[in-house]
This record gives sequence, C-alpha cells and structure tokens, in this order.
Amino acid sequence: MSKGWRWAVLLLPLLAFIVLVGFLLRGLFSDPTELSSALVGKPVPQFSVPDLYQPEQQHTQAILQGQPMLLNVWATWCPTCRAEHAYLNKLAAEGVAIVGLNYKDDSRDKAVNWLNTLGDPYTVNLFDANGSVALEFGVYGAPETFLIDAQGQIRYRHVGDVNERVWRGELGERYRSLMQEFNATAEGTDS
Amino acid sequence: MMGLFRALLSFALVLTALVLVAPSHGQNLEAYQFDEPAQEALFKELIDELRCPKCQNQSIADSNAELARDLRDRTYFMVKEGATKQEVIDFMVARYGDFVHYQPPLTFVTSILWWGPIAVLAIGGLVILFRVRQQRSTEVELSDDERVQLATLRSEATARDEEKEGKES
Repeated sequence: MSKGWRWAVLLLPLLAFIVLVGFLLRGLFSDPTELSSALVGKPVPQFSVPDLYQPEQQHTQAILQGQPMLLNVWATWCPTCRAEHAYLNKLAAEGVAIVGLNYKDDSRDKAVNWLNTLGDPYTVNLFDANGSVALEFGVYGAPETFLIDAQGQIRYRHVGDVNERVWRGELGERYRSLMQEFNATAEGTDS
Repeated sequence: MMGLFRALLSFALVLTALVLVAPSHGQNLEAYQFDEPAQEALFKELIDELRCPKCQNQSIADSNAELARDLRDRTYFMVKEGATKQEVIDFMVARYGDFVHYQPPLTFVTSILWWGPIAVLAIGGLVILFRVRQQRSTEVELSDDERVQLATLRSEATARDEEKEGKES
C-alpha cells in the first residue's frame, strides 16, 4: 500500500463527514416554511379585483407597472400584518410605492377600519375576498410581499413581516437597485 | 410470555387495520359532487397528490387549512370543467412551484433523489471489491530458505504429535 493511498483512505471519510456536517448545519438554519416563489422572473398574473374602499371600482394587473413597487398581502386576521404595519407606513412615507392586497378578510368594513386606525400605507387597495387573486400569485399565507419592477415583472418574494432588518437585507437591496436602474433610465429619457 | 405475545399480535393487527383503512380523507368532501364517476376519481387522485404549501406535510385532501380548501375548490372546478390531470398539476406548479406536487419532476437538481441511492450502492460495491482484491494480492511468495524452515517446523510438529499419541495409547 503506497503512502499517498493510505492518506487518501484516511482523509476521504473525514472529508465526506465535513461535507455532510456542512449540509446538515445549513438545514438547521434554513426555514422550511419559506418557499421560493414559482413566479419570480415572470410577469404579474392577470386579474380583476374590486377596490377596497369603492366596491364598484375594478383594478387589473395594469396597476402593477410603471415603477418598481411592492405588493403587500395582508389581512386583519393576521397578527404579523399588524406587526409590520408601522414599518410599511414608514416606507410609504419615504416614497416607496406599496400596493395592498387584502387577502380573504373577515369583512370589508373590518379592513377599512384597520386602515383608518393604523394608517394607510398603500397607493392602491385591492380587496380579494375569496383569495382568487392571491392564488394566482401563489400566496400561501399572510403577510407576503412581492417586489415588482417597472415592467410589471415579479422580481422577488418575501414571506413574513417586512421590518428594518428585512429592508436592510435582500428585499430592500433589490428594491434599491431596481429604483436606481429606474431613475437612471428616467433621466435618460428626460434629457 | 403468552400475554406479551398476544399484546404484540393485537398491536400489529391494529396497525394493519389502520394502514388498510387509509387513505382516509381528513376533510369532509361531501360538498364536492360529481355527475361523472371518472371525474370524481380524478379529483380524489389529485387532492391526494397535491401538497398543501401552508401545512407542508399534508396533502390538500388531509389539511383543514384555508389554503388547502381553496386549492381543493380550484381543483374541483377545473376537473368539473374537464381539465386533465396534467393540466391541474401544471396550473398548481406554475403558481406554487414543484413543492405543491408530491411527485417531483426529474430535473438536474432532483436527480440526486433518483441516482443518489444507486451511487451509494455502487461506491459500497467498489470498496468491497477493492478490499477483496487487495487481500488476495497480499498473499506473499515464500523464499527457498523460508520454505525449508516451514518444512522443518511441520515435520517437528508431526513428530511431536506422534510422540504424544504413543504416550496416550
């Protein structure tokens, strides 16, 4: 048995062990409930849904383009939505366009009342009573936040509340780089 | 001893009964009425095969989550309108990803599920083969001196044995 071979026999199981430990360690810190969206990179699905305040007014997917924006899925039955609401107000005050999709709420009145008391960070309020629009977006809970670019393409999905840490992280990063791109092209067309 | 055996036997019987009763639909499916038995069969097959994204380890037939109900309703309407099995699955996968289907497609990423066990078996087989070969090749040839030594040792041993036998008889 040559010396090199003996070393290989000794080290290979160790190497395999280290790889396995790394793999399992990653599993410890990954959240299995956080699924990647199947719609990332695709245009927003088609829909037609009434406005939250004015039941007779209908909105379509056309409102989800023109500039980078967030689509926030929320409901009054969702405690995490209440937790993130103040931060959404703050983002809206900073000029971030957020469209609200009210998802299977108990009643229209309850949702309107929530926005009246906690503030309304949304540029447009969609009322998805039976969850059919959310189904098109592959929503499986609330809150969920989609990042949509100026062309109406879904770029990213965040599951769970939006807070300062999340906004410093991937969601915010992606939004800022989209905004930069958008502003650059807007200036280009102006001059 | 007999009591233990009987307890074990009844336990095994209960387990078998449980398995035989399955698949039981955890949810009330009375509301889904079909005119055609073929559509009903397809619907039942689909809701057992589609996984609830919210509850992770339940089919949409089993789960009582709101989302599972929505997906059941959608499946029902699609089947009622004459959608094929693949059409319903494609619809769900397009929105919820491969996660929603209990039978993942064979892609590069998922190929490890198919080939992983075979690869592990092959590696094991190779290791065994290698070791057996190595053992065979370590059988050393004796030099002439060693052969003579072996022969004298053997003859000494037989002489000793004969001596012993002579004493005993």
